[in-house]
Amino acid sequence: MNQPLQRSVGGEPVCSQGLRPLCSAERETLGVRECTCISDESDGLLEFCDVPLKEKKLLEVKLGELPSWILMRDFTPSGIAGAFQRGYYRYYNKYVNVKKGSIAGLSMVLAAYVFLNYCRSYKELKHERLRKYH
Amino acid sequence: MNENLFTSFITPVILGLPLVTLIVLFPSLLFPTSNRLVSNRFVTLQQWMLQLVSKQMMSIHNSKGQTWTLMLMSLILFIGSTNLLGLLPHSFTPTTQLSMNLGMAIPLWAGAVITGFRNKTKTSLAHFLPQGTPTPLIPMLVIIETISLFIQPMALAVRLTANITAGHLLIHLIGGATLALMSISTTTALITFTILILLTILEFAVAMIQAYVFTLLVSLYLHDNT
Repeated sequence: MNQPLQRSVGGEPVCSQGLRPLCSAERETLGVRECTCISDESDGLLEFCDVPLKEKKLLEVKLGELPSWILMRDFTPSGIAGAFQRGYYRYYNKYVNVKKGSIAGLSMVLAAYVFLNYCRSYKELKHERLRKYH
Repeated sequence: MNENLFTSFITPVILGLPLVTLIVLFPSLLFPTSNRLVSNRFVTLQQWMLQLVSKQMMSIHNSKGQTWTLMLMSLILFIGSTNLLGLLPHSFTPTTQLSMNLGMAIPLWAGAVITGFRNKTKTSLAHFLPQGTPTPLIPMLVIIETISLFIQPMALAVRLTANITAGHLLIHLIGGATLALMSISTTTALITFTILILLTILEFAVAMIQAYVFTLLVSLYLHDNT
C-alpha cells in the first residue's frame, strides 16, 4: 500500500488521492523526518486521541500539565547526554549537513559562543560603561 | 584600568564549577566527522585542509615518525582553533595559560626524547656534541647542549603563552586608547583605529603561525629522535 512520496512547494509531504502521509517523530530519527504514504482508510487504527503525556512534545503540552510533564523528563546523566546529542544533530542536520551549506551554520554557533561569553563576564564588564561617576 | 586589563585572563569559574573545561572542549564541536565519501561543504573543506597540512608536515619523517601523525594533526588543529576562537570578543583563550601549554609541551617533548634514547641511544647521545668541535671545548659544549635540550619544552610553552597573551593585551590596550581618544581628537582616534585593524590582522596570522610553529618544532624533535 506504500506509494512514493511527493513533496509540495512548501516542503510538506503530499500523497496521491486516497492516501495520507505518516511521518516519524523528528526527535527519534535525529533531526531527519522520514515519511511514507499510507491508506486513508486505516484511520481508526493509527490515530490516537489520547497521546500519553510522556511522548508529547513541549508545544503540545497543556499549561496545567506542565509541572507533571517536566517531572516526567529523563534527568539521568544518560538522558541529559541524549538530549544534548539530539540537539546537536538537530542543528547539524538542519544547517550544516545540507547540499549547499553556507557560512550561516558556523556563524550562528560563533555568535552564540560570543553571547554566552558576554553573559559570563557581564559582572566585570558592567563597570566599563560610559558614565560620569562609576 | 589595572584590574580591567587582566580580568580576561582569569580562568572562568561559574558558581565554583570550572567552566574552563567546557571552553577547552568547545572547539571539538566545530570539527564534525563524516563517514561518507562525498560529505557536506563544511566537512569537505576541513578534510582538504587537514590533508594539505599533514602532507606538508609529515613528509619529512620515516615510517616510525609517521606513527605520530594523528597526534601532531590533532595538536595543530587544537592550538589553531583555540587561538582563532580567542580572537572573538569577550572569549577566553586557554592557550594564554602557561599551565596548559606546559601540559602540552612537556609530554610531547619528553616522548620524542625518550623514544630517541630507547631506540637509537648512540645517535641521541651524539647530539650532545656538534661535529668538529676542538677538544678543549668539549666539556663546556656538552653542558651547553644539555641545557639547550632541557630548555626546549620550556621554550615551546612560553613562546606560545607569551605570543598569544601579548597579542590579546595589545588589542585591549589599543582598543581602550581608541575609545579614550575619540572625545579628545578624532584624527588621532582614526589613526589608532587603523593600527587596531592592522593588529587584528596580525593576530589572526599569529594565531595560526603559533600553532604551526609549535607542531613543527615537536615534529623536528621527533625527526631527530626516530
